[in-house]
Amino acid sequence: MSHVVQLEDIHKTYESGEVPVLAVRGVTLTITGGEFVAIMGASGSGKSTLMNLLGCLDRPTRGRYLLGGTDVSNLDRNELADLRNQKLGFIFQGFNLLSRTTALENVELPMLYGRRHFSTREIRERARQSLDIVGLSNRADHFPSQLSGGQQQRVAIARALINEPQILLADEPTGNLDSKTSVEIMGVFQKLNAQGITIVMVTHELDIAHYCKRNLIMRDGRLVSDTPVVDRLVATEQMQRIVTAETDAKLIA
Amino acid sequence: MRFINVIKVALRALRRSAMRSILTALGIIIGVAAVIAMVSIGNGAKSQVEASIASLGQNIISVYPGSATTGGMHGGWGSASSLTVDEALTIRREISGIVAVSPEMRDRQQVLANGLNWNSSVNGEDVTYLDIRLWTIAEGEMFTEGDVNSAAKVCVIGQTVVAKLFPDGDPVGRSLRIRNLPFKIVGVLKAKGFNYFGSDQDDVVIIPYTSHLKRIARRPNLNSIIIQAESPDQMTRIQQDVTDFLQQRRNGRDPDFTVRNQQELAEAATATTKTMTVLLGAIAGVSLIVGGIGIMNIMLVSVTERTREIGIRLAVGAHGRDVLTQFLVEAIILSVMGGTLGILLGVGSSQLISRLNGWPVLVSTSAIVGAVAFSAAIGVFFGFYPARKAAQLDPIEALRYE
Repeated sequence: MSHVVQLEDIHKTYESGEVPVLAVRGVTLTITGGEFVAIMGASGSGKSTLMNLLGCLDRPTRGRYLLGGTDVSNLDRNELADLRNQKLGFIFQGFNLLSRTTALENVELPMLYGRRHFSTREIRERARQSLDIVGLSNRADHFPSQLSGGQQQRVAIARALINEPQILLADEPTGNLDSKTSVEIMGVFQKLNAQGITIVMVTHELDIAHYCKRNLIMRDGRLVSDTPVVDRLVATEQMQRIVTAETDAKLIA
Repeated sequence: MRFINVIKVALRALRRSAMRSILTALGIIIGVAAVIAMVSIGNGAKSQVEASIASLGQNIISVYPGSATTGGMHGGWGSASSLTVDEALTIRREISGIVAVSPEMRDRQQVLANGLNWNSSVNGEDVTYLDIRLWTIAEGEMFTEGDVNSAAKVCVIGQTVVAKLFPDGDPVGRSLRIRNLPFKIVGVLKAKGFNYFGSDQDDVVIIPYTSHLKRIARRPNLNSIIIQAESPDQMTRIQQDVTDFLQQRRNGRDPDFTVRNQQELAEAATATTKTMTVLLGAIAGVSLIVGGIGIMNIMLVSVTERTREIGIRLAVGAHGRDVLTQFLVEAIILSVMGGTLGILLGVGSSQLISRLNGWPVLVSTSAIVGAVAFSAAIGVFFGFYPARKAAQLDPIEALRYE
């Protein structure tokens, strides 16, 4: 498998306050195609900063970042924007969907900013397919306010997928969701990963990390642990278990 | 990003925030409509006043005799018997820039016809008098220069005289008697109504000034001379020339005449309406500013929401320029729509108001252009400026903006 992401001694320092904050201090990391990585750590450990760097939403202070073999550390704003548009799919903890905009139009958004031109029909078609992948094609015309948190996050995943990125990055994708919906989202990720999509996500929940294939742990801006997941959880089985438990507890009919 | 996509994105954003779009457009609509309506009404009223002043005659200079002093008693303006026909004719001949001169005689006489009588103003005038006063004949015609030269017993009469002496109409060709002399009616004047000072301009019998001097007043001196200048900017010069000429004639004696310029009256009246236009303009300006502040508020209040929106767009790969173009297109669409509706509303309401009041409407192009430009500038600036700041942020900062 090819190297999708190569980080070489990445540093990120924030200068905004009185004291410079060393958020990431020397991370070296390689992620190959088809991996499913969870980055864990306490809050303030630099995991979200690392994620933003991976997603080209932020630029490293020092170090080299190779994405799909090309160095992206020194690209300008517009080149980074193109990269986010074409090669990366980013999923946020807070969904970041445009309000009062239908699910379908939210999913279409990255295609409107693509360098290639597509007809309105092509864009619509691709957005529908993308929503289909996350199982929301029946909610295409709903506004975010009419969707549950899990559904909103699935719309965000569909949006991240529409330009067929090399890698899917998710920053605490289940952070705003209850446990059952979290499992549902992890199920979507596992399905996508099984189709060969590389996924990197940040989480602080151990059980969520267990759905991934590889766990990284950060502390004080450094990677302190890198282990493969042995007893990996399967979302479909967990879902079955939750449903059974709920039925027993007479929560659902 | 293709331009067609920019338009699509901008239209979606406007539709998404329909209320904000409507309120912004409303700010522009009200500002533009108010300015247009106010300025149009002001201009209409001004032209109304100007028209009524113009009906007195345009570019008129009047020469009146001075005061006569008999035994220590001052007679007041017009009491001196100083102006002569010869002076009037010399003024016409010698001074340049004059269109017409009419020597005038004025008198009140009992006028008899048809077994009826009426005390009316009997004026002696030259044939050019009607042109000077912008007056026209309704029936028949004006007396001729031949009539003036021969001091003929002819007259044209005003509508009030017609009503009083010829209640069954058709006076042309018939005659009336003044001081027991029969005057043949050759024409009837069009109604002119009351003048600026409230006197009935139609209560008049006009005869040649020569006839008046010889047959009615029986004296050699004129009551006044009216002079029409070619253009308003020559009036001061002509006024001076006439004064100099008359002074010279009097060989250094005290001036027993006075030369008045109607321009002064016109200026006073237009100054009044100008004040009114400025007042209306000021009110309109305030509405424009209030509308502008409305636009500003709406735009600035939505900065938080829109900064997050910009963050999302940047995060999924929009360039800063794409976002700016989108905001510019949004602002232009709103300004164009608001401006158009504002023009329609402003023109419509000024038409309505003027129709109700019977005023002329003069829709001012400069008011339209100025109002639209001002509102559009505010709309575009306050739509665009926060967007410009947001588009320069890193996407992650824009997303965190609160």
